[in-house]
Amino acid sequence: MSDLLRRYGTTMTTLICLLTGFWLIILVILPNLYLFENSFRPYLPVAEMGGPKDVYSFNNYMTFFESPIHISVFLWTVAYSALVTALCFFFAYPLAYFLSKKVSARSLPTLFLVLTIPLWVSEIMRSFAWFIILSLKGPLNFLLMSVDIIDKPIRWMTGFRSVMIGLIYTYVLFMLFPIYNAIQSLDTNQIEAAEDLGAPWWRIHWRVILPHAKPGIASGSVMVFMLSAGSILVPSLLASTNSRWFTEIIQQWIFESLDWNTGSAYAFLLLILCTVFVTVVMRVFRVKLSDIAK
Amino acid sequence: MTRKSDWAFRAYLVIFLLYMLLPLVVMGGAAFNDSRFPSVYPWQGFTLNWFVELWNDPRLLASFRNTLLVALAVMALAVPIGTAAAIVVNSLGGWARSSLYSLMVAPILTPGAVIGISTLLFWNKLSVPAGLHLSVLGQVSYIAAFVMLLVLARLQSFDRSLEEAALDLGASHATVLRRILLPHLYPALGAGAAIAFFQSIENFNVTLFTRGPYDTMTVYVFSKVRSGITPTINALAVILIGVTLVGAIFYEIHRRKKQAEEDAAARIAALAEAAEAV
Repeated sequence: MSDLLRRYGTTMTTLICLLTGFWLIILVILPNLYLFENSFRPYLPVAEMGGPKDVYSFNNYMTFFESPIHISVFLWTVAYSALVTALCFFFAYPLAYFLSKKVSARSLPTLFLVLTIPLWVSEIMRSFAWFIILSLKGPLNFLLMSVDIIDKPIRWMTGFRSVMIGLIYTYVLFMLFPIYNAIQSLDTNQIEAAEDLGAPWWRIHWRVILPHAKPGIASGSVMVFMLSAGSILVPSLLASTNSRWFTEIIQQWIFESLDWNTGSAYAFLLLILCTVFVTVVMRVFRVKLSDIAK
Repeated sequence: MTRKSDWAFRAYLVIFLLYMLLPLVVMGGAAFNDSRFPSVYPWQGFTLNWFVELWNDPRLLASFRNTLLVALAVMALAVPIGTAAAIVVNSLGGWARSSLYSLMVAPILTPGAVIGISTLLFWNKLSVPAGLHLSVLGQVSYIAAFVMLLVLARLQSFDRSLEEAALDLGASHATVLRRILLPHLYPALGAGAAIAFFQSIENFNVTLFTRGPYDTMTVYVFSKVRSGITPTINALAVILIGVTLVGAIFYEIHRRKKQAEEDAAARIAALAEAAEAV
C-alpha cells in the first residue's frame, strides 16, 4: 500500500482502491452474502416481511433434501457435467498436442482464427444449430438414412444425449485452448529425448506431456464443468421432458413460483457444487488457483 | 511420432474443424429455405423472406440497441476496475496477494445464474428495480476479472524503475501514471476492452435474471426459440456469422501483410549481414 502511495500519490491511490473496493465489496461479496442470508429466510408476502414469521431456518434447503425429484435432477446434472468434462478432454487433448507440437508455426494463427469462429457466434446460436440438426426430420437423420446406416429416423432429443452433444459442441474449445497453452510451453527437446531413449509414444504422453499439461487440464476442466452445470441455454433448447437440468429448477423457483428465497437456496447449492469441484480439481492435479486462472 | 501418426492427426484436425463449422453452415442454410420450420431438409426453395421479416421486427432492433448499450457500459466499467485491481494486486506480496487474487478470480468460476440471482436480490433489497443497469453490474462483476488477469500479465513485464526515475526527475504522480504506466498497459487495455465487449454481447445467464422487462439480443432470441421457432432466427445467425467472417478475413489479411513485411525485413537484414561478412 505504501508503495502505491509513493508512486501514484494520494488521489490516484484512493481512486484505485475505491474502484477495487467497489468491485469486490459491492459487486461480489455483498450480493453473495445476501444470497446466503436470504436462502435461510422464509418466502413471505411483503406485509409479513420482518414480522414474527421472518426467522432463519433450514426450510428452503429441506425443500431440496425432501424432494427426491430435485435430488435426482441435481445428481444427474453433476454426473452428466462430469461426463461432458471428461469427453471434452478426450476430444481436445490430441488436437491440443497436435496444434502445439506438430503444426507449423506459420499456419497456426489461421487455424486458431477458424477454430474461434463458433465462439464469436453466440452460445444460443450454437445450441440452436444442433436443435435443427438433431430434429426428427433433420439433416442428420436424413444423412444417416441416405447412406443406409439406419432405416428409420432416430429420435435424438430424448434423455440426456442431445444435451450432451450440445454441451460438448458449445464448450469443447474452453478445454482446447488452456491445454494448448500448457503443452506449448513444454520444451520439444524433452519429447525428443524421451523418444531417443526408446520410450513408446503412450509413455511419452503419460510421463512427459500429460504431467506438463496438468495446469491446462485443470483449468479447462473447471471451466467446462462450471459452464455445463450452470448452463441454461443448452438444456432448455435440447433437453426433453425426461432430462431436466438443475438450472431449470432454479429458474422455476425464481420466475414461476416467484419464491426467491428457495431459489437462493438452490442457487447456493449450485455455487457449493462448483466450489467443491474447483477444490477437488486443485487437490487432484496439485495446482494452485493462479495456475488455473490464466 | 511417426509420419503415419501425423497423417492421423491431420485427419483428426480436419474432422474437428468440420465438426466446429458444419453446424453453422446448416444453420445458415436454413435461413434461405422457404419452410415455416427452420431446416435444410426437405429443401422447399430459396427465399430471402426471413431476412425481410427480421428487418420488420421492431423488438429485435430494440434488443440489438440494448445489447450494444449494455456492452459499452460494461466495457466502460470493467476496464478501469480491472486495471485498478491489477495494480493493487501487483503492489502486494505474499499472503495478502494470493488471497486477494483468489477473491478476484472467484467470479469467473461462479455460474452465471448465481451471479444473476445474487445481483438481483441484493439490489432489490436496496430498492433498485431490475433492469439493464443491474445486468451491467452483474456482468462487470466477472468480466472485470478477465481484464484484471490481462493487465496483471502485462504488469509482469513492466520495469518499475522507470516510474522511480520519472519521480526522481520531478514528474507528478498523475504524469507518471499517464505517461509511463498507462502507455505500457495499452495493449492489455485494448484486449481487455475487446473481451469485455464480446463477453457482454454473449452473456445470457446473468442478463436473464437481472434484465427486468428489457430484452437484450440473446434473451430475445431465447424467447423466440421458446415461443415459436421461425427461420428469422437463422437469418439473424447468418448476419452474425457474416459479420464474424468479414472481421476474421480482415484480421487475417492484415496479419499476413504484417508477416510478409516482417519476412521481407528479416531477409534484408540477412542480406545486409551477408554483405558485411563479404
